[in-house]
Amino acid sequence: MKQLMLGNEAVARGLYEAGVAIVSSYPGTPSTEITEYAAKYPEIYAEWAPNEKVAVEVAIGAAIGGRRSFSAMKHVGMNVAADPLFTASYTGVNAGLVIAVADDPSMHSSQNEQDSRHYAIASKLPMVEPADSKECLEYVKLAYLLSEQYDTPVLFRTSTRIAHSQSLVELSDREELPLKPYEKNPAKYVMMPAYAKPKHNVVEKRMEALAAYAETTPLNQIFWGDKKIGIIAAGTTYQYAREVMGDKASYLKLGMINPLPVKLIADFAKEVETLYVIEELDDIIETHCRKHGISVIGKELFPWIGEFSQRLISEKLLGKTPEYVDFPETIPARPPVMCAGCPHRGLFYALKKLGLTVFGDIGCYTLGASAPLSAMDTTVCMGASISGLHGFNLARKEESEGKSVAVIGDSTFVHSGVTGLMNIAYNGTNSTVIVLDNSITGMTGHQQNPTTGYTLKGDPTAKISIEKLCEAVGIRRVRVVDPYELKNTIEAVKEEVAVSEPSVVISRRPCALLKYVKHKAPLKVDPEKCKGCKSCLAIGCPAISFENKKAVIDHTQCVGCGICSELCAFSAITE
Amino acid sequence: MKKSIMIVGVGGQGTLLASRLLGGVAMDAGYDVKVSEVHGMSQRGGSVVTYVKFGDEPVYSPVINEGEADVIISFELLEAARWLSYLKKGGKLLVNGQKMAPMPVITGAAVYPEGIEEKLAAAGADVTVIDALSLAEEAGSSKATNVVLMGLASKFMGFSEESWQKAIDTYVPKKFLDMNKKAFALGQKA
Ligand code: SF4
Ligand code: SF4
Repeated sequence: MKQLMLGNEAVARGLYEAGVAIVSSYPGTPSTEITEYAAKYPEIYAEWAPNEKVAVEVAIGAAIGGRRSFSAMKHVGMNVAADPLFTASYTGVNAGLVIAVADDPSMHSSQNEQDSRHYAIASKLPMVEPADSKECLEYVKLAYLLSEQYDTPVLFRTSTRIAHSQSLVELSDREELPLKPYEKNPAKYVMMPAYAKPKHNVVEKRMEALAAYAETTPLNQIFWGDKKIGIIAAGTTYQYAREVMGDKASYLKLGMINPLPVKLIADFAKEVETLYVIEELDDIIETHCRKHGISVIGKELFPWIGEFSQRLISEKLLGKTPEYVDFPETIPARPPVMCAGCPHRGLFYALKKLGLTVFGDIGCYTLGASAPLSAMDTTVCMGASISGLHGFNLARKEESEGKSVAVIGDSTFVHSGVTGLMNIAYNGTNSTVIVLDNSITGMTGHQQNPTTGYTLKGDPTAKISIEKLCEAVGIRRVRVVDPYELKNTIEAVKEEVAVSEPSVVISRRPCALLKYVKHKAPLKVDPEKCKGCKSCLAIGCPAISFENKKAVIDHTQCVGCGICSELCAFSAITE
Repeated sequence: MKKSIMIVGVGGQGTLLASRLLGGVAMDAGYDVKVSEVHGMSQRGGSVVTYVKFGDEPVYSPVINEGEADVIISFELLEAARWLSYLKKGGKLLVNGQKMAPMPVITGAAVYPEGIEEKLAAAGADVTVIDALSLAEEAGSSKATNVVLMGLASKFMGFSEESWQKAIDTYVPKKFLDMNKKAFALGQKA
């Protein structure tokens, strides 16, 4: 039976059919739904780990333990998981292990545009890349066979357009696998120099064997069309090229992107007149071709930055630009914003009011950087708010202490913020950290985490107390505020930055989008009382705007949080 | 035959459900289908776009580029203007007349353009604007705006009434089914 499936759902289906038993991941767009869909199968144990490093280590342990295992992450998540990854390449597996990494060219929802294929090369692991949902399902199953046959973890690369596009798949039954025996084998699993040195030889031999496999694997396919133009592509760029060029070109579609074949490419190159490599982000296939003396046209024609499209390929290869009409005026941008009723809004208003330097982090609250709140100075990576603030205060001393804070969400705090806080307590800078506890991992679409009290499968479980955790690492001043209460929030932050010791403020209120959060009736602006002073617009709620010299509230968006009414000096905003 | 349909709007307006309905109907008709969605940051009140492509020949690219869309269904007036360049010559533009001020307008850094509907028509688009929000509220909730618009769109897609009803049964949660069926019917009549 055919079914329309999101790429991520198809990966999860592939896991199910491949008999995978254990999944451990940390959410990250565009990879999150793989693990969420996997959790829907009762046969699969699936969990949210506190971060990607933990998740991959769990998956490695489970694979050594004899169960097919899996972990998924976004491209930057692989930076966090890189440590276990590189050495798991040496240990190899027992039962199969596949690690999925989702790149985000054009940065739809990311802080950089890194190309995760570099990780496959650097860690000497095979990497496959599907080009639609059908291949997501099939390649995952094949990846487990490769993993067990070659005794290696296999990397599975997707990108936003594959992960978040639906296409047709065909389903099969699950292959139920017995628990593989585990045998104690320190030479294989204990990576200290004496054992790791021989293992490096094994890894190099394995790469040779895989390179030979890459020449004949069904993952790499040739589609012959007109031989004037030859195109080498993988994943979504193959789809763009095929749509534009149809049978006016021939294609070498690579499904295995590390190691890359040599003879297959050389033979293809001989058959075509002009050979193009079309790859988003870095020039990995192109460099490989050049290294082996195959001349190709690549980055001299195609950009290093952003997603490609059929339009781009049509312009570059055919010199044809599509015909279209533009709207005759400039259209105001519509950037993402904190939702109406978002608890972060009150906190950022307080930070702006107090004029503090704000070290930010990764989550919905990164939107606090946008106008009108504009209350963020830096955002680098998960956890960098806290450690970065410590460094900033070391550099600027009295000049920044008392005038700066770090802000970090509950999930990000557990992911890698608490280690930075330990550093602050241990090495003692006078830094103030604000944990934005909205009881959920928000930006990626509401995932549970160790502070919420529920597992991925929805079962109640142990709940980390952020207060106690902060106290345990050595912070003596820890207090909780409700960011809907603007005055109290401003006062609390003011006091904590003023004290001469490390402190933590927990700004606590559940995300406004959570199902269990009951919303109040929308508020209204009384046009008689409204003086048109625009004070209420300073909080940047999308539900409140200005029309005919008065504030108006959109009843379809307003959730009655009341923050705007706290700003109105004329009591014009009421129920 | 190949058709390219775009569903555009503001994050949180329910464009995902709309694209699932359309994708389901197209699959039911035996076509090859691709639907490209937006998850993550833009869903937080940003401009969002979903591409639905189907045909009796294989669909390769999941996305739609400038000048390629046969139909654009816009959940908000300004978004119709933003995505106009994606419409094919002679393509159809189905628009919910609802206005939602984007943040640069709220902060005063930009103005919401006047007379969008007329300007879209003047640019050569075949535009239909309806008040889908009021119809959704008539059906029971502003949240059903998406389904009202799919009711309107169904008139231009050539799929059977049964297959739309089947898609609604499949993709809409049971407790909102009656309301959404009503919303769909109101959209068809609009
Ligand atoms: S703060 Fe009060 S008076 Fe000023 S614009 Fe808003 S509603 Fe009107
Ligand atoms: S009460 Fe005011 S701030 Fe809160 S959601 Fe409604 S309009 Fe926005």
